[in-house]
Amino acid sequence: MKILVPVKRVIDYNVKVRVKPDGSGVDTANVKMSMNPFDEIAVEEAVRLREKGAAAEIVAVSCGAAACQETLRTALALGADRAILVESDADLQPLAVAKLLAAVVAREQPQLVILGKQAIDDDSNQVGQMLAALLDWPQATFASKVEVSGGTLVVKREVDGGLETVEMALPAVVTADLRLNEPRYATLPNIMKAKKKPLDTLKPDALGVDVTPRTVTLSVAEPPKRKGGGLVADVKELVAKLRNEAKVLS
Amino acid sequence: MSTYRAPLADMHFVMNELAGLEQVAQLPGFEEAAPDVVAAILEEAAKFATEVLDPLNRPGDVEGARRLDDGGVRTPAGFKQAYEQFCANGWNGLAKTPEFGGQGLPHLVSTAVEEMWHSSNLAFDLCPLLTQGAIEAIDLVGSPEQKQLYLPKLISGEWTGTMNLTEPQAGSDLAAVRTRAVRQPDGSYRLAGTKIFITYGEHDYTANIVHLVLARTPDAPEGVRGISLFIVPKFIVGADGSPGERNDVQCTSIENKLGIHASPTCVMTYGEKGGATGYLVGEENRGLEYMFIMMNAARFSVGLEGVGMGERAYQRSVAYARERVQGRAVGLDRASKAGAIIDHPDVRRMLMTIRAHVEGTRVVAYVTAAALDNARRHPDPAARRSHQAFADLMIPIVKGHSTEVAQEVVSLGLQVHGGMGYIEETGAAQYLRDARITTIYEGTTGIQANDLVGRKTVRDGGAAARAVIGEIEKTAAHLTGSADASLHPVGAALSEAAVALEDAVAWVLKSSASHARAVHAGAAHYLRMWGLAASGWQLGRAALAASRKLAADEGDAAFMRAKIGTARFFAATLLPQVAALGRTLMHGGETALEVPAEQL
Repeated sequence: MKILVPVKRVIDYNVKVRVKPDGSGVDTANVKMSMNPFDEIAVEEAVRLREKGAAAEIVAVSCGAAACQETLRTALALGADRAILVESDADLQPLAVAKLLAAVVAREQPQLVILGKQAIDDDSNQVGQMLAALLDWPQATFASKVEVSGGTLVVKREVDGGLETVEMALPAVVTADLRLNEPRYATLPNIMKAKKKPLDTLKPDALGVDVTPRTVTLSVAEPPKRKGGGLVADVKELVAKLRNEAKVLS
Repeated sequence: MSTYRAPLADMHFVMNELAGLEQVAQLPGFEEAAPDVVAAILEEAAKFATEVLDPLNRPGDVEGARRLDDGGVRTPAGFKQAYEQFCANGWNGLAKTPEFGGQGLPHLVSTAVEEMWHSSNLAFDLCPLLTQGAIEAIDLVGSPEQKQLYLPKLISGEWTGTMNLTEPQAGSDLAAVRTRAVRQPDGSYRLAGTKIFITYGEHDYTANIVHLVLARTPDAPEGVRGISLFIVPKFIVGADGSPGERNDVQCTSIENKLGIHASPTCVMTYGEKGGATGYLVGEENRGLEYMFIMMNAARFSVGLEGVGMGERAYQRSVAYARERVQGRAVGLDRASKAGAIIDHPDVRRMLMTIRAHVEGTRVVAYVTAAALDNARRHPDPAARRSHQAFADLMIPIVKGHSTEVAQEVVSLGLQVHGGMGYIEETGAAQYLRDARITTIYEGTTGIQANDLVGRKTVRDGGAAARAVIGEIEKTAAHLTGSADASLHPVGAALSEAAVALEDAVAWVLKSSASHARAVHAGAAHYLRMWGLAASGWQLGRAALAASRKLAADEGDAAFMRAKIGTARFFAATLLPQVAALGRTLMHGGETALEVPAEQL
């Protein structure tokens, strides 16, 4: 079985994100970037499936600027066998990414696509679902356990009420939730070997995908600063404030 | 609480802009150290330091290593697993020879990675560090069979190594070593004696421990030329490499120390049951000579410990100063509201002093590491020699100065915390205790200062020293001639320091024979002059590089401006000490000796 693992380059989770002064977006200049943590879990799961003998090859793919190569090298150091960069400087929105990935799937013919349930920068939580729809494949989102037996996949999903177990036929799309696994550290020898693993670059045009944004961001703002608290004299005043100022009581 | 974050931005800046990583990566055998691979390595090491080693640092300090009744040693909870993970991830073999399973990366790269281990958990890191010493000894002079038998397992970390030099009567003076080694008919030796201060002499990490032991053969000449080096494995290793019979070496106690509690410091007793089996490394009577070849690397590593401890103290005190709200900062227009203490001028002075020392000693160490790489691998023999001469001069400065200023730095870091700093739970006090050893082991500051005077200044008639002063003067000229006027005061201060240093070198050369005792009484001042001037020099180079980057609109402008600011602070507040220390050196030595010993 071949597994395709899409990975996204995002602002590192330790970075305190700042909004650009003109409100047009988030400042990413000179900011530490790394692999989306949910995608790291997806890579780990793919590597574990290969270690169990359930998969033969892992292909990591990333859509975005040339710098995404670093993220792909990280995936290679963690255990992916080869990588594909779909290089584009455009603002890639979830639908465009899903279309690009569908085109890569058509070329690579994997039996399984595992990706993070969402990216920590835009929190869209859309690519996996859109990709499954475009491919007309079954999907299992928010996976916390994945098992492959023969041509079927059994996935435990984290849903609001608890855990749901679903079974589906391959090929399929799985999105990884936080508890699926704990990603390993890349070993030093593997970091050095990653440099020698193949990394191909494709362009959206070559894949026949139009990546023009479909939505427009009007403005980006930081959450309002917390204002200092105040003391209330009695319960009556508290209730009045909750009703009139906070408007949480009617 | 503060979490250690490796200063990756500064490390990259120093490696790429000041230590010449690109050039080092072109040396034969270092081709794999391309900047992007190095960035990935540093990134992953930083993660390991932050997520695995740093969280164990304080629990390890509290729990400490314990000796068990059966002679074994139990390391604190979590350390064994961390060690296994450390080795499984390949960190043990970073700069080791690929012939036996290492990754063969340059010293410059291992320097940045080791700094992270030192910062996040010094007591943990001492085990791989001592193993490194054993690996180097065997690699340097071991027989092909010894290399085959021990190096792969020491490099992978499956076994660890120790260095057994010190004895109760033989500390700095190793000529006094008394451990006996008697040759046996089969070519092996029987060893008997007691070694003290043996770091990780016993522990629960691995199935075997390879002790490297200095001892005397019965017919050896007295003094330094009568000491030989032996391998004494805890379990005798069979020809197939598997550990077999338990050797006659025991950990008879572990020390109760000021700091580095998680690192067991052992008393090792050899030959209580008739003699420990040992194997000669290299030739008889050349043990100390071999030790001295390795000494450079070991001293460099300890100097880097000073940098690492300082960095950790810096991060913790900055984090605290940002959070701690106390009093109104003088001169700031903030109505009557109390603010974070980071706005108090005196706290700022402390934080800047810490930062300037740490960043300065970091560049000096990394530049020296690059020189060691060049000294080993440069294709041109003349270049190899000049890099070696530079590194030889800098080693006592890296070791002596970085660790001495680390004492000031961790102490200031505690001071920033006020009363809370004195409370152990805060965590700042541990660095003060842990860092204290660094000016002592691998040669005290006094030994480094004597080395700087004797072997490194006087022996070549001041040639290497004057070559470096020439470089400092060049940097000073670039700074004063810079289009960026903010660099001019840095150039002026550096130029003054260079003049003072030149006078000091001339005085040391002139007086070393006629006033030997006075020169050596001032040697520590001479060392500090060099340390401050070297830091000032490298921070000046950093400021020049940052100014170039700003002019070209490259990199993170705020980072570059802070670099220049740090150099300006160092030049204004710390470099002036060089000239004053010059006077202390030339006039203070005699006064240290005037009062007779019996009056002390």
